[in-house]
Amino acid sequence: MRYIDEFRDQRLARRLAKTIAAEAQPSREYRLMEFCGGHTHAIFRYGVQHLMPPNVRFVHGPGCPVCVLPMACIDQAIALATQHPVTLCTYGDLMRVPASERKTLLKAKAEGADIRMVYSTQDVLRIARHQPHRQVVFFAIGFETTTPPTAVAVKVARSEGLDNFSVFCNHVLTPPALRTILSAAGPRGARLDGILGPSHVSTLIGSRPYWFVAQEFGIPVVIAGFEPLDVMQSALMLVRQLNEGRCEVENQYTRAVTEAGNRKAQALMDEVFQVRARFEWRGLGILPDSALTLGEAYADLDAERRFPTQVAAAREVRGCECPAILRGVKQPTDCRLFGNPCTPENPMGSCMVSSEGACAAYWSYGRLREPARAGAATG
Amino acid sequence: MTSERRFPVRLDVRNGAVDMSHGSGGRAMAQLIGELFRRYLDNALLAQGNDQALFAPPPGRLVMSTDGHVISPLFFPGGDIGSLAVHGTVNDVAMAGARPLYLAAGFILEEGFPLAKLARIVESMANAANAAGVPVVAGDTKVVERGKGDGVFITTTGIGVVPEGILISGDRAEPGDAILVSGSIGDHGVAILSKRENLGFETEIHSDSAALHGLVAAMVEAVGEIHCLRDPTRGGLATTLNELAQQSGVGMQIREDAIPLRPEVAAACELLGLDPLYVANEGKLIGICPPDRADDLLAAMRAHPLGADSAIIGEVVEDPHRFVQMETRFGGSRIVDWLAGEQLPRIC
Repeated sequence: MRYIDEFRDQRLARRLAKTIAAEAQPSREYRLMEFCGGHTHAIFRYGVQHLMPPNVRFVHGPGCPVCVLPMACIDQAIALATQHPVTLCTYGDLMRVPASERKTLLKAKAEGADIRMVYSTQDVLRIARHQPHRQVVFFAIGFETTTPPTAVAVKVARSEGLDNFSVFCNHVLTPPALRTILSAAGPRGARLDGILGPSHVSTLIGSRPYWFVAQEFGIPVVIAGFEPLDVMQSALMLVRQLNEGRCEVENQYTRAVTEAGNRKAQALMDEVFQVRARFEWRGLGILPDSALTLGEAYADLDAERRFPTQVAAAREVRGCECPAILRGVKQPTDCRLFGNPCTPENPMGSCMVSSEGACAAYWSYGRLREPARAGAATG
Repeated sequence: MTSERRFPVRLDVRNGAVDMSHGSGGRAMAQLIGELFRRYLDNALLAQGNDQALFAPPPGRLVMSTDGHVISPLFFPGGDIGSLAVHGTVNDVAMAGARPLYLAAGFILEEGFPLAKLARIVESMANAANAAGVPVVAGDTKVVERGKGDGVFITTTGIGVVPEGILISGDRAEPGDAILVSGSIGDHGVAILSKRENLGFETEIHSDSAALHGLVAAMVEAVGEIHCLRDPTRGGLATTLNELAQQSGVGMQIREDAIPLRPEVAAACELLGLDPLYVANEGKLIGICPPDRADDLLAAMRAHPLGADSAIIGEVVEDPHRFVQMETRFGGSRIVDWLAGEQLPRIC
């Protein structure tokens, strides 16, 4: 595959691994947080960690959209689909995320709720057009990457007069999450030396929103692509910044990311959405100005207003370490539920569901040797 | 028996549809069977006209297998539910090293299903059975109310006979054995996905759906010591290797760059966030044999049209954990786990 295989080249990987091993100073540790689940997935799928010297370690961040969604959100989605005569559409990963009392959207569907898995917002619009007399709700989640398609769907629905379309909007923003993690860093939080910045998110928002990481927290950032060579090259760039005492926002993913980002998409997001005053994140708590809801001009398409729901307070599974894992404080293997009983077939927490979740990646790709490293990278 | 004489008005295959009377056991059902099913699936045993087919078993050990088919969409590039129902069961029988003899087919039809589509499916089934030389000798038809089925479900059962001296079983893989695959993986799953209504994805990829008993016969003749054969259908290559590792109490070590994969399938999987190792096949098999016979087996497979792209992809190893591990093309190493749930596209 052209434009893909080049970024998975074994010879280049070996050469990069050699350079990193030569330049990483044995006397110090390099704890690099990869923000995105896409990075986590690549690191495990291609075995990148095992090409790194032992003192260059990846700490997994919260950038898995399914993982950071609080249980209350899934509870609310299930309530929406069961308390109202609606068709609820959502992306596949969400179907198996545990809600309160071990419920999932998949189980609610099996019990009769009309819940459909879609691949894109275009599917939702198509369903709404096909059944004009039935309300269709899109359960929208994701970071900035998945936000413009939702904005487009909202605008199309408005222009076509699709009165039966609405959005349960749970889009979240990357910079506030990063700020929270870094604010908590230190003795009680994650110990971080550098950040591998988001790749797809940054194509939208650009590299500028990360300046505060370098300026306020003194931690270098390298915006990194999702292919394994991207991750390795970015790790090398961080090692070099740290060795040279530099603290900058660098861009490895230059083939897609610019300083200012995609202005057209940003304008679209500004037009359709407004920032929520507060939003609960799994693991990070309630963060101000960290998520989006539909703006006043499109408020009539807001499913939360159209379909009020009654939901009891969410009840997390006892012992589940997803919150600490999402903050980079603990590793999946530190959780006593990991592997027993929590597995991808029987997930107790959200990080075991999506292939971008740290627990699922550990379990599916790396459980053979990771137990030996358990706790090694924790604070 | 001529259907014209029994039914004054012929079945309207072009414009008609299945209704509840077609499953009632009465004359309408008899007409459907006579004018549609038997028109295509004609053979001497079926023509006995009984509720069972009567035949003398050949000498040797018999194997028997059954497989339900509920695929959506019913028609896809490279096949349909009719041909798939033949290939699926022929292959399950053949994976014991057997020569398949006969099939039986059970149809569950949904009220309102167009007879024209049913005729296409039965014709395709008959063509597949004829090509395979494995006749459908018994059948059953039931009809469920509209909304209680998805057009048509087909269950096929097959029996076959295993040649003397052949013992092929999923628990026979031994450390040191070679692991072979008969061609490119993931073609079927991607072909199906490309036609799903909610995925506007256009591609030239055709399902690999095929009857593999001819390939198996050639393999068994060349290398009688084959330890395991299995077709990696649902869950793909990864899940089938895990099944075999579990059953045999061994580990497996495979090499990513040795696994045949079409560039179109690789590209489609990349776009959809799928791992081709977990995507279904309907015309491929995995063979495991002693290492000193691997080259002979590979040569026999490559000499057959359905095994032209065969490859040795790894070996069986000792491992109390029964893990399947893969050396990645990138130079790393990772576990290849069982498939969990459905394989779902990543969303970010």
